[in-house]
Amino acid sequence: MAGKSGDGERPRWLAGVIPYKEMGYWRPDYEPDDTDIIAAFRLTPQPGVDPEEAAAAIAGESSTATWTVVWTDRLTAYENYQAKAYEVVPVPNSDPPQYIASIAYKLDLFEEGSIANLTSSIIGNVFGFKALKALRLEDMRISTHYLKTFDGPPHGIINEREMVNKYGRPLLGATTKPKLGLTPRNYGRVVYEALRGGLDFVKDDENINSQPFNRWRERYLYCMEAVNRAQEETGEIKGHYLNVTAGNMEDMYERAEFAKELGSVIIMIDLTIGFTAMTSMSKWARKNSMLLHLHRAGHATYTRQKNHGVNFRVISKWCRMLGVDHIHAGTVVGKLEGDPGAIRGYYDTLRDDYVKKDPAHGIYFDQDWVHLPGVMPVASGGIHAGQMHQLLHYLGEDVVLQFGGGTIGHPMGISAGATANRVAVEAMIQARNEGRDYLKEGPDILKKAAKKCKELDAALDTWGDISFEFESTDVPDVVETPTTTG
Amino acid sequence: MTTGVRITQGTFSYLPELTDDEIRAQIQYGIDNGWAVAIEFTDDPHPRNVYWEMWGMPMFDIEDAAAGLFEVNRCRKAHSNRYIRVSLYNATLTKQTIALQFIVNRPPHEPGFRLHRQETTDRIVRYTLEPYAARDPHGERYDGSE
Repeated sequence: MAGKSGDGERPRWLAGVIPYKEMGYWRPDYEPDDTDIIAAFRLTPQPGVDPEEAAAAIAGESSTATWTVVWTDRLTAYENYQAKAYEVVPVPNSDPPQYIASIAYKLDLFEEGSIANLTSSIIGNVFGFKALKALRLEDMRISTHYLKTFDGPPHGIINEREMVNKYGRPLLGATTKPKLGLTPRNYGRVVYEALRGGLDFVKDDENINSQPFNRWRERYLYCMEAVNRAQEETGEIKGHYLNVTAGNMEDMYERAEFAKELGSVIIMIDLTIGFTAMTSMSKWARKNSMLLHLHRAGHATYTRQKNHGVNFRVISKWCRMLGVDHIHAGTVVGKLEGDPGAIRGYYDTLRDDYVKKDPAHGIYFDQDWVHLPGVMPVASGGIHAGQMHQLLHYLGEDVVLQFGGGTIGHPMGISAGATANRVAVEAMIQARNEGRDYLKEGPDILKKAAKKCKELDAALDTWGDISFEFESTDVPDVVETPTTTG
Repeated sequence: MTTGVRITQGTFSYLPELTDDEIRAQIQYGIDNGWAVAIEFTDDPHPRNVYWEMWGMPMFDIEDAAAGLFEVNRCRKAHSNRYIRVSLYNATLTKQTIALQFIVNRPPHEPGFRLHRQETTDRIVRYTLEPYAARDPHGERYDGSE
């Protein structure tokens, strides 16, 4: 580092305030090492703030800096510990102007295997920074050196499929509804009917934990009766995601242990418990051969706004690192809409072994997962059998499709709703494998299958304007709403 | 009393039984993806019975699904009263697992399962699933015939 500030007049180490750029946090010449962790931030500077200075400020505040010069920096090899903003690119047509800043961090800055530590640096202080109107963490390149300090999913997609003995098609699930109010005995009835009808999983909702009308122990007992009865009737392995979310770790471990004692294959947690609690439950799940489902409760408070917060692809990445087997990741179709390109980016981030930089999918960096197992994405929210061709097209087959209302709301009953969904997915997979243009012919494929399945026929009558046809496309920034019902 | 249970393991168990042409199409899909074709049979359809008997070794190098279907039909002839499944296996790095699996033969009568409930303390029940057929020794299940 130069001993003086940029204009060559002010000594670098003189007590007082100097621009972050001049403290070494703006390094346009810097070429990131393979070991570096890189972050892409979307920043919206306050009027009059130089975007390079804003990027340098983020680099500074997310690594070593404080607001003024401190002589104690000179006790350190500070150039190593300083994050380096090395690129700022304007976002076309943004008003007020936005920029994408790339910032590189040395490996030393982060504790091994700790998402809590990583996030305390990267998103810890900078989001309230006054020089910025708004800030969003868009993506991160996790170097393989750092990645390998994380355990990843307790099982991953492949082990999960081998555990439940189901291959070559999306898994099917449903969330018990109404999500609050059912007593444990009635709750178990919904689980039983949905599983015996053909679903693979049923799920607690995020906010069913242990309320006065439905205490966790009672619920687990009835749900496992339901699971075992359904296994008897179908000869298939079934599961119910028993939500172990609680107010403290001790209670969560107690609930998880009870789920294990009852023979459940899967438990679930909510994102609201925090990264460290999630990591602890991941370790527990690995130790106890239990699949771990994550509901992303609360994520939209910070993932939804384009100019501020943390993009969901980053949350996906952190969750794959700390290790969950399932995570809700959007549907494209359905009641919770999402841009197809962006959702494709989330799914790729969760499932693929190597994800290439792809602006169309919102992927800013190549990411090598070095064989860390993939996470099974879960599509949930307003989807139904009549959309099966679209779901398969957009989401692929390594996904859990969760039809809550689309199962429980079936006019012939819950079991019939489950059967309709299972027949629809099997018919669509068969057609796809036979080489048919299933996206275009989807409605006809479903109609034909419904001729031999009254449950599917009724589902299509109830929900499906199944003659709907749309372009096969992955183009981003196009408003696509191929939802056939609201 | 139920007259039996249709076991719904495998990907197409909720559809009408696949015809030979439909089986051939699925096998061809696997071959086109570079997957191996494996045929297995069993007289123990417990969902956690992982290792069904292999009908020879997996076919790694066939190019025409007709060869796979030919073996399916040979296996059916030899074990008409057994469950028979076809697995398409993907040996690619990061996969190394079954890519698709479906049942192509069932016993004429599927007696299904008995669910044992061992009642313990605190209302905890230990569940055990037992195929009715597995109560008899191998060779005497499903009317004793192959």
